[in-house]
Amino acid sequence: MTRSFLARNPSVLIFLAALALFTVTVTILAEGFGIGLVSTSFVKVLGKTLCLCLVAIAMDLIWGYAGVLSLGHMAFFALGGYLIGMWLMYARTEEIVIASLAGQALPVTPEEIRIGIGTQIFGVVGGSEIPWVWGLAHSLTAQLMLVILVPGLLATIFGWLAFRSRVTGVYLSILTQAMTLALALYLFQNDSGLRGNNGLSGLQNLPGLDAVPQATLSLWFFWASAFALGGGYVIVAVIVSGKFGSVIRAIRDDEARVRFLGYSVEGYKLFLFTVTAIIAAIAGALYYPQAGIINPAELAPIASIYLAVWVAIGGRGRLYGAVIGAALVSLLSSWFTGGRAPSIDLGFYTINWVDWWSVALGAGFVAVTLFAPKGIGGLFDLYAGRKVPDRHGADLGPDNGSLQEKEAVK
Amino acid sequence: MTALLEVNAISVTFDGFRAINNLSFAVDDSELRAIIGPNGAGKTTFMDIVTGKTRPDTGTVIWGDRAINLLKLSEAQIARAGVGRKFQRPTVFEDQTVAENLMLALKAPRSPFAVLGWRAAAKDRARVAELAAQVGLRDALARKSGELSHGQKQWLEIGMLLAQEPRLLLVDEPAAGMTLAEREATTALLVDLAKTRAVVVVEHDMEFVRRLNCKVTVLHEGSVLAEGTLDHVTRNQQVIDVYLGR
Repeated sequence: MTRSFLARNPSVLIFLAALALFTVTVTILAEGFGIGLVSTSFVKVLGKTLCLCLVAIAMDLIWGYAGVLSLGHMAFFALGGYLIGMWLMYARTEEIVIASLAGQALPVTPEEIRIGIGTQIFGVVGGSEIPWVWGLAHSLTAQLMLVILVPGLLATIFGWLAFRSRVTGVYLSILTQAMTLALALYLFQNDSGLRGNNGLSGLQNLPGLDAVPQATLSLWFFWASAFALGGGYVIVAVIVSGKFGSVIRAIRDDEARVRFLGYSVEGYKLFLFTVTAIIAAIAGALYYPQAGIINPAELAPIASIYLAVWVAIGGRGRLYGAVIGAALVSLLSSWFTGGRAPSIDLGFYTINWVDWWSVALGAGFVAVTLFAPKGIGGLFDLYAGRKVPDRHGADLGPDNGSLQEKEAVK
Repeated sequence: MTALLEVNAISVTFDGFRAINNLSFAVDDSELRAIIGPNGAGKTTFMDIVTGKTRPDTGTVIWGDRAINLLKLSEAQIARAGVGRKFQRPTVFEDQTVAENLMLALKAPRSPFAVLGWRAAAKDRARVAELAAQVGLRDALARKSGELSHGQKQWLEIGMLLAQEPRLLLVDEPAAGMTLAEREATTALLVDLAKTRAVVVVEHDMEFVRRLNCKVTVLHEGSVLAEGTLDHVTRNQQVIDVYLGR
């Protein structure tokens, strides 16, 4: 029991090694490095996938470990994207405006620059005033802090209201869906100040770094995503090991009993909800510069449901399961829905994957839930020889002296 | 000597049914008390009120030297104040090991931030091993508690209660589902525990109550019918009518 954290959790070390190997391999093969076996757009896909893996880890922490099925975490993810996107768009527009006004005879006033930026960014929604929410958009430091503060604060307030009223189970899931839908509808409005359904675009260009080609930039973001995933994995692994992990798994299994032990269940849920929202926001802030565009459709309720599907397919309650599920399912999704998967000709009907992928994914989700509740991660148990006797929830024997589990399983 | 727990004139109604009717009751420090009564007398509801699970419509529950009103606290705060509860059905965390179960219950700061930074010191592990030995689970520390037999789970839960170090222990039907030998061991343990803290036992089984050899409170239709030694209450005509006579 006194062994070090890594000795007790060998999967953390294995995961970090695999992630490092993957990062190095992709880097060497990438266009930005010279060989060019992996295209820049595919590096971006892989970098985005790493961000999705990070948010899946957050989902696994709150759902797989603590049993709180939040169907709103992609809202925090998108919120992180919006907050970093505001700086990217503002700072870059500022550069363009300054460059275009440089030829004038009179020196440019700050007011002129402001009007120029306002017209550039908000002309599309018929305005030129810079809304108050963009008040800090000129500062990278401020927006980076907001990436953590805004989703963290939203999660704290929402979680406090929901958990204090002891909303649990499917009611909490519905409430979180309502939250993400409400946020999406708000952002869809033109007068919410975030360009309505146009969203923010051109996020793939870093202000002041026009000289750096996308091939190199994509690698920077890929590395940052890999670093964030590795760091997030270790942090969450530390949280779920030890006594804290023990408490939250106990909350998942019997929260009333945990209360009678003197733990404030609501406090733990609120803590986890906020921490996972912040992790999701950081993942989003790394994802959207690679995607290049963000709009309110990213906050659609379905996005958060997909997140739950990834974690369920990968295997709840184990972090590498969440990573595997998110990577596999999201990559397969983009392959099948991108029109590159070959259609299957049945003679009387042609299965076009763009139409049928959702059906296949749904069927896969149902199959995993029914037949392999441990998900893909459960395969590692087979490899490790760890088996659970099929007790159908009952005791192995009625009382002392009966066959014990360790005797029954050889 | 002031009472450790003082329940004053509480009443609670569920959908028009009066589960507790103007109940008053007091427990002293290091007292062993048995509560008996027919089904529906309000025994479990009484425990629910003291532990904060149910809010009464009227009345007060005063706790400890500083006379705190328990009705203002949440379940978790009441548990931290020193009220431990043993449920009728053993409720342990089946997916976790015996050691983890005991470690969860061990008296220590309970806030999320404190727990996040908490690491088991040598003395904590020694205490867990000692508790496990006390309840006969010394060799089962590394086993998942779901694998334990029913009786062992009961003992594990008792071990968890001991780890909590409560000042008042509420025990709901401890003898249910136990063998004769286990009952005797349980009796001895409860009598022993009552030397250092207050213990309230809710029980159906008269033989078990007799062995506890303590003051008995008889509940009927949500209020106290009689109080005193077992012999005293069993001679009470009202008690015979509503409970023993059947």
